[in-house]
This record gives sequence, C-alpha cells and structure tokens, in this order.
Amino acid sequence: MNNVDKQLLKEVTDTSEYSKVDVYNIRKNGKSIERKVNDYINIVSKEDGSGIDVYVKENTLFGIVHIPVIITESGLTDVVYNDFHIGKNANVIILAGCGIHNDHHQDSEHDGIHRFYLEEGSKVKYVEKHYGEGLGTGNKTLNPTTEIYMKKGSSMNMDSVQIKGVDHTERITKAELEEDTTLVISEKIMTAGSQYAKTDFEVSLNGKNASTHVTSRSVATDTSYQEFSSNMIGNTKCYAHVECDAIIQDQAIVKAIPEIMAKDVDANLIHEAAIGKIAGEQLMKLMSLGLSEKEAEEAIIKGFLK
Amino acid sequence: MIELKDICFTRDGKKILNHINLTLEDDKFYVITGPNGSGKSTLAKIIMGIQKPDAGQILFHGEDITTKSIDERAKMGIGFAFQQPVVFKGITVYDLLKMATQKDIDKKSACAILSKVGLCAMSYVDRAINHSLSGGELKRIEIATIMARHPEVAIFDEPEAGIDLWSFQNLTEVFKHMSENKTGSTVVISHQERILNIADEIILMEAGKIQKQGSKEEVLHTILREETCPKGVTACE
Repeated sequence: MNNVDKQLLKEVTDTSEYSKVDVYNIRKNGKSIERKVNDYINIVSKEDGSGIDVYVKENTLFGIVHIPVIITESGLTDVVYNDFHIGKNANVIILAGCGIHNDHHQDSEHDGIHRFYLEEGSKVKYVEKHYGEGLGTGNKTLNPTTEIYMKKGSSMNMDSVQIKGVDHTERITKAELEEDTTLVISEKIMTAGSQYAKTDFEVSLNGKNASTHVTSRSVATDTSYQEFSSNMIGNTKCYAHVECDAIIQDQAIVKAIPEIMAKDVDANLIHEAAIGKIAGEQLMKLMSLGLSEKEAEEAIIKGFLK
Repeated sequence: MIELKDICFTRDGKKILNHINLTLEDDKFYVITGPNGSGKSTLAKIIMGIQKPDAGQILFHGEDITTKSIDERAKMGIGFAFQQPVVFKGITVYDLLKMATQKDIDKKSACAILSKVGLCAMSYVDRAINHSLSGGELKRIEIATIMARHPEVAIFDEPEAGIDLWSFQNLTEVFKHMSENKTGSTVVISHQERILNIADEIILMEAGKIQKQGSKEEVLHTILREETCPKGVTACE
C-alpha cells in the first residue's frame, strides 16, 4: 500500500494501521488485496469474484470487522456485493467505507451492494463513510445500496456519512423488520459545487413492535442538488419516525419527499422534514461570542453534521 | 465605559428609542427597567450591534463603535445574553463554552464555568443545546457563556423571562455574586424587584426615553409608588 492508499483508508475508517485490526478485508481497484479473519468471524470471497460473504458466528461478542474499499484507478467502475450473515445473539461492529482518489479526467465509480441478514437477537452497528479526493476532472461516483433483513429481537444501528468530494451519489436503503426489532439510521451528507446526492429509504415494518428511527441531516451549498425520499410502511403494530433536516445555502436545491403508509390501526408513523438556511439568531449568538460570520457559519454546520 | 449619544431607532413608524443619551461607567451594576415596549431590549441590542441605530453614536472607551459588527464589539469586550437563548442542532454545551472562551478548554474547566451558574456540571457539559433542556437550564447556560468571556461590559436581556420561580431564585444568587465581584460594568434588563435591589444604578425607561436614572433608592421609590396606585401617582396624592 502506498501513501495515497493509507490516506484514503484513514479517511474512511479512521485507521491505516491494519496490522492492529482483528478482522478485515481491504478491496482496492476491484480486488481484495488484504484479509484477516479469526475464529468467530470469517470472510469468504464469492465464487464469481463479485464480492465477499462475512459470517459472524452465533453469540460472538464485541466483534469488529473493517471492510474498506479504495479506488485510485481513474476510469474504473467497481461493483461489489458484500453479504453479512450475523448469527444469533452475536454483537458486532462493521466499519465500511469507500474512498476514491481520482487525479485524472476519466470517471471513477463504486457501486457497493451490502446485504445484512440479522438472525434472532443479534446486534449490529454499521458505520459507512464515503469520501472523494483528487485533482482530476473525472467524476467520483458512489452508489451504495444497503438491504437489511432483521429477524425477531435483532437491532441495527447504521451511521452513514458523506461529507466531502463525492460528485454523484444515489443511495438506496431497504429494510424488512420482523417482531421486536429496532433499526436506527443516521445519515449525514454535505454537497458542494455541482455535486448531486439522492438518497432513498424504504422500511417495511412487518412484525409486532418493530421500530425504526431514520435521521437525515444534510447541508447543500453552491449549486449542488440533494433529494431525500423515504417510505415507511407500517404493516402491524409498530413505530416509525423519520426526520429530514437540511441546511440550504447559495443556489443549492434540496428536495424532500416523505411517504408514510399505515396498514394497521396501531401503526404509529411520523415524518418530519425541514429545509432552511442557517437561522440568523444562531449566527448572531456565535458572533456575540467573538466568531466572525464565516467562523460562526462553519461552527453551526460542523455541529449540525456531527 | 460606554456612551450612547442621541440614539434614535424607529420601526414601522414607531419611535422605539427617542434621542437616548446614556453613560455606563466601569465597575457598576446597572438595571434597566420599565414597561413592556419601552425600548429596553432594543437599547441593549444596539449596544451589542444586533440592531443598528437610525441616528446617534455609540462610544466604547471613547472609540466610535456605531458601525462595528457584533463580533468586532465582542472582541472589544462587550457581551450579551439573549432573552430567548438560542438553540442549535448538534452543538453541545461544551462546544459553546469553548467558543465563548475562544480556547480549547478541557471539560474540567467547562464544568467549573457551569458550576458558577448552579448547574451540576458533569451531567450538562456534553448535552446538546436544544429544547431537551428546560428554559431555566438554557438561561443559565446562556449566562455561563457570558461569564466565561469576562467581558468589560456584560448585558443580560431579561434573564428572568420564561423561567420558573425556583430557577429564578438561583439566578438572583448568580447576579448577586456578580454584583459583589464585579470587574467591569454589568447591565441587566429586568422587572424583578430582587434584581433591582442589587443594582448600583437603575435606569427607568418609558416610551423610548429614559425617564429616570439614579440610585436604587431614588428610582425604586418612584417605581414602587407608581405600582401601588393603578390610577397614577397624582391620583393618589
């Protein structure tokens, strides 16, 4: 791995020292380049080479898996299927992310399709970070699809962050929730220049007492475009809460499309959406503490996307 | 020292401040009081630069600051506690105190600042400044951000507004302490007798003008006489 690789890995998973990581699979320019497994968590390449299967044994506690993807080759379109099989009552943290470095004029694209199969009572924290860099004019495109299938009593916490450098993204997240499951999703997106970000959530709450909380916070600046759509389907006694909150600046465009559908009298579904500029009073408060208008704006956005 | 010279401020045809002349001396505790709509908050905001006067001049230690921005005035040593504390999304109490002190203070120092306003510090320092905090808690955090800066002129716009009686009692103690240990001038806009009682000087405003300015004995006497007779002083006499 060269310095660019290490820098990209640090950006997407906060570490570049993989010798200290217990379980990992690093994919570079469409191929797995390094892998480590242990007795509880196994990683197997799919036979057709299209991705990996991650198997977490039943009752595994405090498992941590890193599966970063880096792309440094301009003009490459990488499509990968990663499936996660989480055994009963296992408790695991999965750190994913994709970093693209493109110094050339050709486009680079990564489409990651991640499928999570959570067995009864299992718990997953899934952190996904997307990042683009490079001086070239070639577009950096990331299109992640996440599918989540949750068995009785399982829970999942998903944090996805895309703060910098991705020119085009279309994100799709779909989930099927059985009885007594909890899915919490937090998404943070910032777009600048002429970047485009579309994000789409569809959660079907099929089992009694299934619950979900989806929070999206985004900042759109310059002439960038963002679109957020969510569809919560309550098929039984369940709870869903979606919050979409966007700060808009300059000539940016933000569109939010809420959809909630209840098929049961005990389905409790809430959708909140707000788009607006930074509140003047927030700027004034921070300026009254000695921050310039620009510093105040940065502090407000930093806090908002924290 | 702050001097306001012939300050006028008109909005929607209403003279909110009508030729105000006022000098705020160093190391004094002032309370500005008066009926709703008399121009108290506007006057405070004009000192901080949140509102710009239509006419007149503001001098800070002799320097004209009339056209200076909010942050320039803050850097010069003026602090302002908002009547309605501003809430944020994601910014924590610790973040705000770091901004207030303009230093990368540790959590222990942040806790020490919060303790001064009677907040059990450790449980507050990482909380987000949003409506999960009560009105009294937000108010005290707002005051803490001003105390953290040690401004030469600290302005508090109706610190008692919107808080419960218990929180108010604690706040009175905070101001009493400030009044006893002052190292600069403090200006509090208040209707509360307990706050009026700790003032070195009271400024009574009415209809955009300063009606009376003087020691608490002089001005309190006027206010209390007016308050006891709904028909006015003359009618009583």
